[in-house]
Parts: sequence; structure tokens; C-alpha cells
Amino acid sequence: MSEQFKPNIVAFLCNWCTYAGADLAGTSRIQYPANVKIIRVMCSGRVNPLYVVNALQQGADGVLISGCHPGDCHYMEGNFYARRRLKLLKELLEFTGVDPRRFNMSWVSASEGHKWKEVVEKAVEDAIAAGPFDQFRRRQIGW
Amino acid sequence: MTEKPKLGVYICHCGINIAATVDVEAVTEFAQSLPNVVVARNYSYMCSDPGQLLIKDDIQESGLNRVVVASCSPRMHEPTFRKALQEAGLNPYYLEMANIREQDSWVHQDREEATAKAKELVAAAVAKVRLLEPLTPREVDAEPAALIIGAGIAGIQAALDIGDAGFKVYLVEQSPSVGGRMAQLDKTFPTLDCSACILTPKMVDVANHPNIELLAYSEVEEVSGFVGNFDVKVRKKARYVDVSKCTGCGDCAEACRVAGRFPNEFEEGMGKRGAIYLPFPQAVPAKYTIDPERCLFLTRGRCGKSPKCVDACQPGAIDFEQKDEIVTFKVGAIIVATGFDVFDAAKKPEYGYTEFPNVITGLEMERLVSASGPTGGEILVDNGEEQIVPKEIAFIQCVGSRDQSVGNEYCSRVCCMYTAKQAHLIKDKIPDAKVKVYYIDVRAFGKGFEEFYDRVRREGIRYVRGNPSEIFKRGNKLIVKVEDTLTATPLEDEFDLVVLAVGLEPRADDRKTIDLLRLSQSPDRFLMEAHPKLRPVDTASDGIFLAGCCQGPKDIPDTVAQAKGAAASALIPLARGKVSIDAQVAGVIEDTCRGCGFCVSICPYTAIELVEINRMGHMVEVARVNEALCKGCGSCSAGCLSNSIQPKSFRDRQILPQIAALGGIK
Repeated sequence: MSEQFKPNIVAFLCNWCTYAGADLAGTSRIQYPANVKIIRVMCSGRVNPLYVVNALQQGADGVLISGCHPGDCHYMEGNFYARRRLKLLKELLEFTGVDPRRFNMSWVSASEGHKWKEVVEKAVEDAIAAGPFDQFRRRQIGW
Repeated sequence: MTEKPKLGVYICHCGINIAATVDVEAVTEFAQSLPNVVVARNYSYMCSDPGQLLIKDDIQESGLNRVVVASCSPRMHEPTFRKALQEAGLNPYYLEMANIREQDSWVHQDREEATAKAKELVAAAVAKVRLLEPLTPREVDAEPAALIIGAGIAGIQAALDIGDAGFKVYLVEQSPSVGGRMAQLDKTFPTLDCSACILTPKMVDVANHPNIELLAYSEVEEVSGFVGNFDVKVRKKARYVDVSKCTGCGDCAEACRVAGRFPNEFEEGMGKRGAIYLPFPQAVPAKYTIDPERCLFLTRGRCGKSPKCVDACQPGAIDFEQKDEIVTFKVGAIIVATGFDVFDAAKKPEYGYTEFPNVITGLEMERLVSASGPTGGEILVDNGEEQIVPKEIAFIQCVGSRDQSVGNEYCSRVCCMYTAKQAHLIKDKIPDAKVKVYYIDVRAFGKGFEEFYDRVRREGIRYVRGNPSEIFKRGNKLIVKVEDTLTATPLEDEFDLVVLAVGLEPRADDRKTIDLLRLSQSPDRFLMEAHPKLRPVDTASDGIFLAGCCQGPKDIPDTVAQAKGAAASALIPLARGKVSIDAQVAGVIEDTCRGCGFCVSICPYTAIELVEINRMGHMVEVARVNEALCKGCGSCSAGCLSNSIQPKSFRDRQILPQIAALGGIK
């Protein structure tokens, strides 16, 4: 079953590093799975932890957040905030019974097209291992 | 917000770049079915004139008020399409782009999957664009001055251009003299101009220019602010010499107790200097500097009865009390021209650079053939036993370039030609010398390069195709072990001197510059330009430009061309006198803000402050954003307890629909 399962992964990428890195993967024609769909934000620090929960509620099987390497943030410290908030969220998700493999965080710079491919592949692999997700799904209310 | 959204969705084929993998017709059809979409079209090149006209016509004829363009990365063409919207009378921020090229068609091969992904990305963009708000970029005054970091040929040229245009330039150089690497070179390829003869006049110009303030022996410590308004803090290191009194006579250097004891950096360690020194005779400013790590008085507190330099200096310029000085100023634009390091040949132990005195680098060879060099231009080497004039000389190409084993995959672009030039100079000085060049490929790509390479070969320089595996000693000769790959012959050739054509590397202290200015690096570790083809001198940060080898290996003409390009780009905000500030900044919803100040403590730019307002008769504190300081990162928003502070165009209510669209639950 897991062979057919194609997880749906929502990714939040910072504009300056990982989004640019993903663009570089494109210009270098590096091939990776099509499961990851990207939302561009200016900084990984912009990602409200609730977005992750929301994505899981809305049908994502996994969430990926990626920004500049710690210390290299375009906005000086945004990724530090992201790292702290999202570490906490990851533990909280685990506490609520969500497989922690559904949530990945990484640091990919604008020059790391290859690393982006690896990050995507890992996120997809992890989400496949965790299986389809419906714990958080809002009930379909039919009125 | 009162107007009902009327969307136009435009899907680009990008020739076949997108259309080959994504079924654009299917995506168009899908877009048509999305809520509020009035028009959905596809076109071969949306960014072209007719493509943009398509959007403009629809805005005017069908009354569109929101536009989605599904094409390349917004990092590429967002400004293009924003402008198109503006020209059609629509607010430029009513645009959202779906990246279906870099992040879809170019990275996937399965047409079905790529098409499905494109549909989702378009749906997400449609979901967001409906909720975007009109924004107006603000204009602020730009400081009519520029900072240039590094005074090699790139920094000098950029400074002269900006200075000549009538704007103030602060030229900061960390070493005691301007001139950089070019000052170390003897002749320049392929014209054989004397490097000093073409550079020194420019060095003097830069020091005497009424608009250029030269800050030599100084380092930039802090840069804050944004395009048009950078605040810069520079540390002028203590020279322990009063530059207003120093006449550059050199009596102090001769008198110095430790004169001639230390390797001279300018001579690549082959010449010697004392603790008080002028890096080279043509140094600008021609002022002496005391090396605080070498000076007896500064390191041990005493130097005989009294320091000899003090006694020797007639104008009384020596000042051991001098302290570092901090200078602050404002500039509108910054040019980074920090240059390069040469590859450390010790990282290739098989060539015995540290072992044999007659294995030298290309830059050492430059100093050796230079009339102003340590030997006065005579080519003399130590073969381990005696000083000799070498008769058999080898050059090895690509040392530290095109070599993954040392982490440098790139070609350094200058080594082939400087080797050819040095081979020619050797033939000139030692006519009976036998010179061989071991190469992988000869890259003579520039103007006049191939002709020069031909000329050198006709002069009797032998080119052998092969990458030497080892250098060792036999008797008083060096043996180069190599396979001639054209004839498949293993060779062991004897030489008196081996010159390693070392490549160019990013500076070891680049990290400091990167942290200072928030720059990015390319995979080769050189500083990264905003776009490899179309914005080769810009960086991702507005108002900061790159010139010269800090961006990648270059020869002198390319460096000068890039410096002139960077100067012209830096002049845009200076000459206009104004810069537009991005409108995508944070804003506070004062009705729900509880004034906790959490955002104030988060903001890296101190752009938020608490102010008192009257809320229905009660004085309460709320957060307020200083839009000139805010950069729109949105960190404050993710930390806000009541979702009251929101970055425009990246509000919760604009991102959440995107998430919903990608999540796929209706």
C-alpha cells in the first residue's frame, strides 16, 4: 500500500535562501519528487507554528520548513526564532500523537540546489513511512 | 476590499521550458474553473512584450483587478509583471506568481505529475491573490555617497567613476596601501603592459581625488540600514605614525632595530622588511606603518634606550600613543571589491612546495621577474645548494583549480595566460632557458589571448599535455613525473625551477564581509550575484554591489568592466537622490493589539515601538511599526499572541488560503 501512497507535503521556504536554492535546483535541472508544494514566505521566522497544524488539518501528510543556515539569516535572526518555535512545535505534535517524521526542518542556502533535492527526498521518504494522515482532519460537516 | 475580485490567470509556456513537461492547456482549463477567475490564458512567453500586452489589454477591457502569472520564479520576473500591472492602471501588488518552471517543469519529468502540481500551485496563487491588498511603495531620500570596500583595481576604478560623477566616496582598504593584487604583478597579459605603469597613476588619482576619502589601513566594522541610507562604522587602525607629519622618507625603516628581519607580504615572503615599513615603494598613501606584532617597543615595552625610529624621524611623526579611531558616516550604496586569495600550494603536498625552495607559485614568480622585486628583476633561485640562474623551467597549470580533491571545481581563468606571459618573460631574460608547460587544457579565451598563446609557442615554449603526479629531487635537480597524455608516454623531466600556476580562491576573511553585509555565497564559495546572467554586479540586498574577483576569478579587463558596472549601478540611487522602500512591511491592527511588546523584543531592526493611543476613552499602549526600518521579515507576526501584527502581502489571511489550496481538502 505504501508503494502507491503519494504523500502531500506543504513546504514553507524563506525567500532568500531555500526558495532561491530550490530555484537553483530548477536551473540545474536536478530532479526530485513532485510531492512537495512550496509556499514562499520572506523568512522562516514568518512561519507561525499554527501554519504547520493548519496544513496538517487541511490535508497535508507532511510539512517541511526550510530557511537560511543558522547565522546566515537575511534578516539576521529570523531563523533562530523559527528554530526555537518549531522545535517546540515538533515536540508538541509528537506529544499529541503525531508521527514526528511528518514535520521536517532544514537549512538550505541559495547555493545548495543538491541539498534541496536531498531534503525533499527525505521529507517524502519520512512522510511515506508515516503513512497517510487524517488525525487532524476536520470532519466533513454536511449541512 | 469592497470591489469583487476579478481574476486573470496567465500561464506561460516559456517556449518549451514549461510546455514540454506541463500541459499548459489543461492548467488553463483548470484555472478557468477556479472561483473569481474571469480570464485564463496561456502564451508562449508571458514576459515578452506581447505577453505583457495580453495582461494589460485584459485589465483594461475585462476590468480585471487581480492577476496571477504562472511562469518562472518570482525572483526572476515579479518586477516585470508588477510593472505591467502598474502600466495598465492596476496596483502592482495585486499580482501573485506561481512558480511552475524552476520549481515544477524543470525538476520533474513525469508530465502528469508536473501538470497536477502546476494546477495546485495555480490554485494556491489564485486563493492568495483574491485577498491581496493594494500597496504603495514609499520613497525616501538617498544619501549621495558610496562606500567601497577594498582598494584593489576594482575598488579603485569604481571609486574613480563615482567620484568623477560628483559623489562622495569612502574607499576602505584594510592593508596600509591601495593597489591590491595588481600592484604585485609585473607585466599584464596579453599586451605586456607594465602593471605598475598603468596602476600607479590610478592609485595616486584615488588618493588625491577631491570626492574620494581614502581610509587605508582600516576595516569596516558595522553596517546597518538599507539602500539609500546605510550607516557605516569604520575602524581606522593605529599606524603609530602621524600621517600628517610622515614624509615617506624611509629613514625610520633603515634605522629600525629589526630591519630586514620579517617576510614582506607584498613580496610574497621573498623580500624582508622591518617592524616599521612601507609595503612597497609606490605605496599610496606613501606613509610608513608600524607592525604592532613585530615592533619591539609595542610588544616588549622597550627598544634599546629609545626606539631608533623615533630618533631617526626628523619630522617627529612616530606616535606610540596613537589609538584606533572609529569613523562613522552614511552612504546610499555599497560596493564590495574585496578580491581574492591565491591557492595555498601546500595543499598539494605531491608538488613539494613547502619542501623545495625552487618550487614556487605564480605570484612569487611575478615578484621574481619584477624589476621592483626582491632580486631587482633577476631570476635567481635556490636549488637547495646555491643560488642559480635556472636554465630548465617547468610550469604546472591548474594547481588548485579544476581540482575536486582540493574543493575547487572551477577554472581560475587567469592561470593559462599568466603562465604564458611568465614563460615569455623568462625567455626574454634567459634566452637559452628551456621552458615546458604542463597543462590539462589551454584556455585562451579573451581578446588577444589566443594570439599571445600562439606567439609564446612560436618562441619555443613547449606545451606538454599532462597533469604531473609528483615532484621529487634527484641530485640538485627537480624531477617532474608526468604522463604525456597525447602520446601516452610516461616522463620524468629534470628542472631547476618549477612554477606552480596557482589558482584564485575566495578570501579566507570573506566570512567577515558576508556576515557584515548579509551576502550569499555561490557553490564555489565566491560571493553570489543576484542573477548569474542579468544581474552580475547586484547582490540579493538592494544597494549592495559586487566588483572584481570577490564574485569569481577574473582577469584585469573583466575586473575593470565589472567595477565600472558596479559603479554605474551604485550611481542610480545616488543620482536619483531617492530610493523606493518595499511596501511589503508589517502593519499593526491597533484594535486588537494588547500592547504586550512581544514583537518589540523580537524585531531584529528595532522597527517596532509601543505608543499610547486613545481607545474609546482609555489610554492604552499598542505597537507601531516604523516603515522605514521594517524589512518585512514577519518574525514579529509569528510571535504575536493576538495576530495583530501582520506583514503586508504575507498576512495570515493571505497565507492560510494558500495552505488550504495545497492541502486539497475542500
